[in-house]
Amino acid sequence: MSNEATLHSQDLHHHGHAADHGHGNGHDGHDHHHEETFISKYVFSMDHKMIAKQFLITGIIWAIIGAFFSVLFRLQLGYPDSTFPWLESILGHWAEGGRITAEAYYALVTMHGTILVFFVLTAGLSGTFSNLLIPLQVGARDMASPFMNMLSYWFFFLASVIMMSSLFVQTGPASGGWTSYPPLSALGDASIGSKIGMDLWLVSMAIFVVSSLLGSLNYISTILNMRTKGMSMTKMPLTIWGFFFTAILGVLSFPVLLSGFVLLLFDRHGGTSFYLSELFVAGKVLPNEGGSAILYQHLFWFLGHPEVYIIILPAMGMVSEILAVNSRKPIFGYLAMVGSMFAITILAFLVWAHHMFVTGLNPFLGAFFVLLTLLIAVPSAIKVFNWITTIWRGNIRFTPASLFSIGFVSTFISGGLTGIWLGNSAIDIHLHDTYFVIAHFHIVMGVSAFFGMFAGIYHWFPKMYGRYMNQTLGFIHFWITLVGAYLIFWPMHYEGMAGMPRRYFDYSNWASFNSFNGLNMFISFVVIIVFATQLLFVFNFFYSIFKGRKLTTPNPWNATTLEWTTPINPGHGNWPGEIPEVHRWAYDYSKDGKDFIPQTVPVSPDESGH
Amino acid sequence: MSGYLAVIVVVLIFVVIFQIAKASEYVSILKGEKKAREQSNRINGFLMIVFLVLGLIGVWWCHDLLEGRMLAEPASDHGVGVDSLIKVTFIITMIVFVLTQIALFVFAWKYQEKDGRKALFFPHNNKLEVIWTVIPAIVLTVLVAFGIRHWLKMTSDAPKGSMVVEVTGKQFNWIIRYPGKDGQLGRRNFKLTNESNNPVGQDWADKLNTDDIIAPELHVVVGKPVKLIIGSRDVVHDVGLPHFRLKMDAVPGIPTTLWFTPTITTAEYRKRTGNPDFVYELACDQMCGSGHYSMKANIVVETQEEYDAWLAKQVTQYSVAHPAPETPAGPAAPADSTKAVAALGK
Repeated sequence: MSNEATLHSQDLHHHGHAADHGHGNGHDGHDHHHEETFISKYVFSMDHKMIAKQFLITGIIWAIIGAFFSVLFRLQLGYPDSTFPWLESILGHWAEGGRITAEAYYALVTMHGTILVFFVLTAGLSGTFSNLLIPLQVGARDMASPFMNMLSYWFFFLASVIMMSSLFVQTGPASGGWTSYPPLSALGDASIGSKIGMDLWLVSMAIFVVSSLLGSLNYISTILNMRTKGMSMTKMPLTIWGFFFTAILGVLSFPVLLSGFVLLLFDRHGGTSFYLSELFVAGKVLPNEGGSAILYQHLFWFLGHPEVYIIILPAMGMVSEILAVNSRKPIFGYLAMVGSMFAITILAFLVWAHHMFVTGLNPFLGAFFVLLTLLIAVPSAIKVFNWITTIWRGNIRFTPASLFSIGFVSTFISGGLTGIWLGNSAIDIHLHDTYFVIAHFHIVMGVSAFFGMFAGIYHWFPKMYGRYMNQTLGFIHFWITLVGAYLIFWPMHYEGMAGMPRRYFDYSNWASFNSFNGLNMFISFVVIIVFATQLLFVFNFFYSIFKGRKLTTPNPWNATTLEWTTPINPGHGNWPGEIPEVHRWAYDYSKDGKDFIPQTVPVSPDESGH
Repeated sequence: MSGYLAVIVVVLIFVVIFQIAKASEYVSILKGEKKAREQSNRINGFLMIVFLVLGLIGVWWCHDLLEGRMLAEPASDHGVGVDSLIKVTFIITMIVFVLTQIALFVFAWKYQEKDGRKALFFPHNNKLEVIWTVIPAIVLTVLVAFGIRHWLKMTSDAPKGSMVVEVTGKQFNWIIRYPGKDGQLGRRNFKLTNESNNPVGQDWADKLNTDDIIAPELHVVVGKPVKLIIGSRDVVHDVGLPHFRLKMDAVPGIPTTLWFTPTITTAEYRKRTGNPDFVYELACDQMCGSGHYSMKANIVVETQEEYDAWLAKQVTQYSVAHPAPETPAGPAAPADSTKAVAALGK
C-alpha cells in the first residue's frame, strides 16, 4: 500500500465519523480528502490542533481585556487625584468626570481576577496546550473524544459570551471580588454588583466548569488509553505529566466549586439560607437564619487552591521540556520531577484552609493546615533545584521560549518563597488580605504562569502555524516584561508588610497607609509600559500567523519528542503514515556524543544507560 | 489633543520597534542562522548577568528605601511575636532567594551556547536529590514549629479578667459596644435591630443591656488584655489591626473572637514616632462593598484612669432607645445621644 492509501484507510479505521472533519488540505501532496467547509475546519472543528488554537486566541482576547482592566484600576490607585476624560467616554457614568467610581473600581478588580484566573490561565493555558500537545506528544491521532473536545471549547465560548455580556448590563458586572463571598454576593441590596451581574457571573462560571470537566476527562482518557506503542507512562515528556495532573485536579475539584455556586444561586433566588444568617441589610431584617457564610469559603477554596496548581502545573511541564531542549541536556531528575508533581497534586487538596486562617477557624485545625501548606514547599523546592541543575553545564540556546522558561524559574522562586511567609498562620494573621498577598500570588501564579504560557507559545508556534514568531520582538517582550513584573510586584511586599489592605479604592483617608502615594504612582506607570509591551507580543503573534518566517524543517528546535515527527503542517490525524513507535524517553540530549536522539529511534545495543 | 498625540507617539514607537525586529530577521537570514544565533546568544547571555546584578542591587535599594515606611514597632505582645517570626522567615527566604537567583542567572550566562561546548549528559543523581529534599524539609520544620507555637499562643483563650469589647461590622463602619459597669454584655437578637436606636439588636428584656455603651471608637487600656467579640450585621468584614499585627473576620451569624494586650498608649506612640497626629486605625480587610475602603474606626490605647474617665462620659444605648420624658433630662444627655446615633448612622 502506498503511503497515501495507508493514511486513508487508517483515518477511516481510526476515526469513524470524525474522519469527515478537519483534514488539512493540500499539504504533503495528499489532496484526496473530502471537501471540508469553512465551518467544519475553523468553527466546529474536531481537530485537537484547531481547538487548541481556538482556546489560545479566545484566551488572548480575554487576556487583553483583563489586563486592560488592571490598567484602568491602576490609574485610580496611582493617580487618585487626576482625572482622565477619556475614561468617561468609554465607561460613561462609571467614570463621571474622568475618575472611575468606587463601584466601577470594584467591578474592574473583580472582572480582572475572574478573567485572568479562569478564562486566561485555566482555559487559555491548559486548554490550549493540553489540546495541542497531548495527542501530538503521546502519539495519538486525536483526543479520545474529539466531539467532547469540541463541546469543551464551545461551552467555554458560551461562558465567555455570558461573562462578556455582564459587562454591559445596567447595574454592571459582579463586583464582590473574584472569590465572590456571600452574603455580599448573595444580596442585591448589599452591592450593585450583586444584582443581575452576579447572576450572569454565576451562570457563566457554571458553564465554564462544564467546559473544564469535558476537557479534563478527555485529557485523562487520552493520556491513559491512547499512547502509541512503546510510550509507557515513564517515557512521556514532562509536559504530558503536567497536563495529566492538572486534569485530575480539575476533575476532582471543579465540581465542588460548582456545588458552591449552585447553593449561592439558591440563596439568591430560592429563598434558601445555605450561606445566610442573621442579616440586617438596607434597613430591613432578613428572615434567613442558620446558614454559614464560611461554608461557601470552604467550597470555594476547595477548588480555589487546587486552581492555582491547575494554573501552574502545565507551565511547569512546558518549562521542564523547553529548558531541556534548549540546554541540550536531559531534564535533571525526571522521576523526581514526576514525583514532585504528584506530591503537589495530592497536597493541593489538603491546604485550602490556609486562605481562611482569619475566619475564626479552629486554631488546632489551622495548625494542621500550616504544616501541610509548608510541606508543599518541599516538592516545589525539588523542582526549582532540578531546573537549575538542568541548565548547569548545558549548552544553552537563548530563544524567546527558553528565556521565558528561565524567567519562569526566577519568578517561581520569588513568589514561592513568600508563600512560606503566608502559609505560616502567625504571619498570615498580619499579612492576610494586604498587598503582600497580591505581590505573592501575582508573582508565583500570575507572572510565572504567563511566562510558562509565553514560553509555550513561542516554542510551539511553529507546530501550530508552520511559521516562526519574530525572535527580536520576543527578546524585547521578554526583557521588558521580566523587569517590569519585578518592578510592579516587588515593592508591593513592603506595602503589604505595612498592613496596606488590598481592594481599597482610595487610601487618602488612612494615616497608616498613605505614605505610599509616590510608589503607587511608579507602579501604575510601569503597569502601562508592561501592558503596551504585551500588545507588541499580540501583534507579533497575529502577524506571524500570516507573515512569519516559514519553517523549512519539521523539527526546528532539534527536539526528541513526537510532535516534531509530524509534517510541518500536519492534517487531522497528525501523521500521514503510521503513528511512530517510541523506543526511549524524551530526554536523550547530548548522550553518547549525539546532540539528540528522537524518541522514535530504537535503542542500540552499545548505548550507555542512564 | 494631547491624548491623540500620545497615541500617535505610542504607535510610532511600535512601528519603529517592529521595523527593527523585521530587519533583524532579514539580517539573520542573510548572515546565516548560526551567526545570528551566536549574536543573540551573546546579547541575551550578557543581559542575564546584567539583570542579576542590577536586580540584586535593586532589591537591596528597595529594602533600604521602603523599610522606614513600614509600620513602626508592634503595639501588642502578639505583634512582637509576629515580627520576630517575620524576621526569621525573612532571613531564611532571602538567603535562599539570593543563592538560587544567582545560580539560575549565572548558569544561564556561563553555559550559553558556544562552539565546541558539549552539554553534560547528567540525567539524575540520587545523592544530590536527597540533599535538596532533606534540607528544605528540615528548614521548613523549624519554621512550622516556630509558627505553630506563636499561632497557638495568639489563638489561645483570653486570660481571665480580660476586658471584653464587642466589635460589629456593618456597611460601612464599625459599631463598638462596651459592657458598662457590670462588665458583661447583654443579649442580642438580630430581629430587634433598627437603624434609629438599636444598631446591634440589643434585647432590652436582658437587664445586662441597660448599662451597655455604644461608641464609634475602640478604647482599650494599655497593659490590660482585651478580648474582642467580633460579628457582622450584613456581609463579611474583617477587623484589621495593623499596628497590633492582628486580624479576624467579622461574619454574620457566627461570632469570632480575638484577644491581645496593647503595650503602647497612643500618647506614647506619638512620642516615639515623633508624629503628633498619630492614631491607631482599625481597617476593614475583607471586601465588603463599594465603601470597603472607607470602613475605618480609630483606636485609642490609654491608661486605666483615662479609660474610666472616657467611659463615664458615655451615654448608654438603653437611654438612647428609651428617652424618659417624665424625668427632666440633663442638658448634656440629648445632645450626646444624638451625637452617638448620628455617628453610627453615617
